[in-house]
Amino acid sequence: MTTTPTERDPEERLRAGFDATIARHDRIEPRDWMPDAYRRTLVRQIAQHAHSEIIGMQPEGNWIGRAPSLRRKAILLAKVQDEAGHGLYLYSACETLGVSRAELTDLLLAGRQKYSSIFNYPTLSYADVGTIGWLVDGAAICNQVPLCRTSYGPYGRAMIRICKEESFHQRQGYELLMTMMRGTDAQRAMVQESVDRFWWPSLMMFGPPDAQSPNSARSMAWGVKRNSNDELRQKFVDMTVPQAEALGVTLPDPDLRWNEERGHHDFGEPDWEELAAVIAGNGPCNAQRLAHRRAAHEDGAWVREAATAFAERSAGAGAR
Amino acid sequence: MSGDRREWPLYEVFVRGKRGLNHVHVGSLHAPDDAMALRHARDVYTRRNEGVSIWVVRADAITASSPDEKDPLFAPNGDKVYRHPTFYEIPGDVPHM
Ligand SMILES: [Fe+2]
Ligand SMILES: [Fe+2]
Repeated sequence: MTTTPTERDPEERLRAGFDATIARHDRIEPRDWMPDAYRRTLVRQIAQHAHSEIIGMQPEGNWIGRAPSLRRKAILLAKVQDEAGHGLYLYSACETLGVSRAELTDLLLAGRQKYSSIFNYPTLSYADVGTIGWLVDGAAICNQVPLCRTSYGPYGRAMIRICKEESFHQRQGYELLMTMMRGTDAQRAMVQESVDRFWWPSLMMFGPPDAQSPNSARSMAWGVKRNSNDELRQKFVDMTVPQAEALGVTLPDPDLRWNEERGHHDFGEPDWEELAAVIAGNGPCNAQRLAHRRAAHEDGAWVREAATAFAERSAGAGAR
Repeated sequence: MSGDRREWPLYEVFVRGKRGLNHVHVGSLHAPDDAMALRHARDVYTRRNEGVSIWVVRADAITASSPDEKDPLFAPNGDKVYRHPTFYEIPGDVPHM
């Protein structure tokens, strides 16, 4: 820049205002000026988050028709319905950035926007419903609580609503597993087998290690992200180990042990090649999840069209 | 993909948490008409008794101040400090003030 501070162009003044708001840890609101890269980063992150909630209904939805009791069925229905709500809160937040809901849906269905890798794993037994509540929603809570203070106002407010509901999700899962652990040997084995499958994918939910996460630093500087991937992963492990002990299951990591010096648990390295493969579309259920979402969207087209036609006809009748 | 490219209009949703409180903005949603917007608002924003009353209003019917207008629109408040109770000095020993 060759201009002196007194003759700064308007954009530079706007940018200074934006930087000052971020520096005060104040919130950016929809009608504020913001750098294009900030807007793009937010659209990508919030859309990916919204898609995760929507796709995330599928693994558990798989068991609604086969829940072992009316009580479990009612709980699971409520939980899956919550996830739909979370998706809608987040689409609503994303739209304040100037993208439309239809656009976001199209990008997901075309495979051009991502969702969390965890939902590309299958749910093979009813114990998985419990394990997902405990570990997957547990990891989501670790990720989401700091996002309540994210710098973009509508995103933070959506996260506050979501976090209030997540605690039910985690607790119903843990209670389900506790009930099974008090059952037969076969039921205890089911729980252990489920935890064995979901432990590592849950750790991968925090994303690649910090050293391989090039955009993290900028997101942190903007206050979009509040903690690094590795920090959150460590926090999740420290929180989960005593819960596993209380439950009586073994977490499948031979390197997992308390480190007195660090005041944290040491743990093994997740298989990052597996994460990269799942993100690239080659996880066990990627194709199935997208195909199901596409079919649901297309099967709902007549409902959307009928509602539009009805609204138009009623408006015509009202105007006479 | 389906041919319904016409998107339902956007509605803003306001919820009164309980009697005695104002309606507060909670988010938005798409709906084909006002009646469906209310139903969707109930399902999306009040699954746990979060409200006793809901307002929905089409987003394109809202007129808002923009941040650029901030100065002329809000500045008059700045020099009317007498609108705030702290403007008035009352001796500490006067009760219930
Ligand atoms: Fe959720
Ligand atoms: Fe959840």
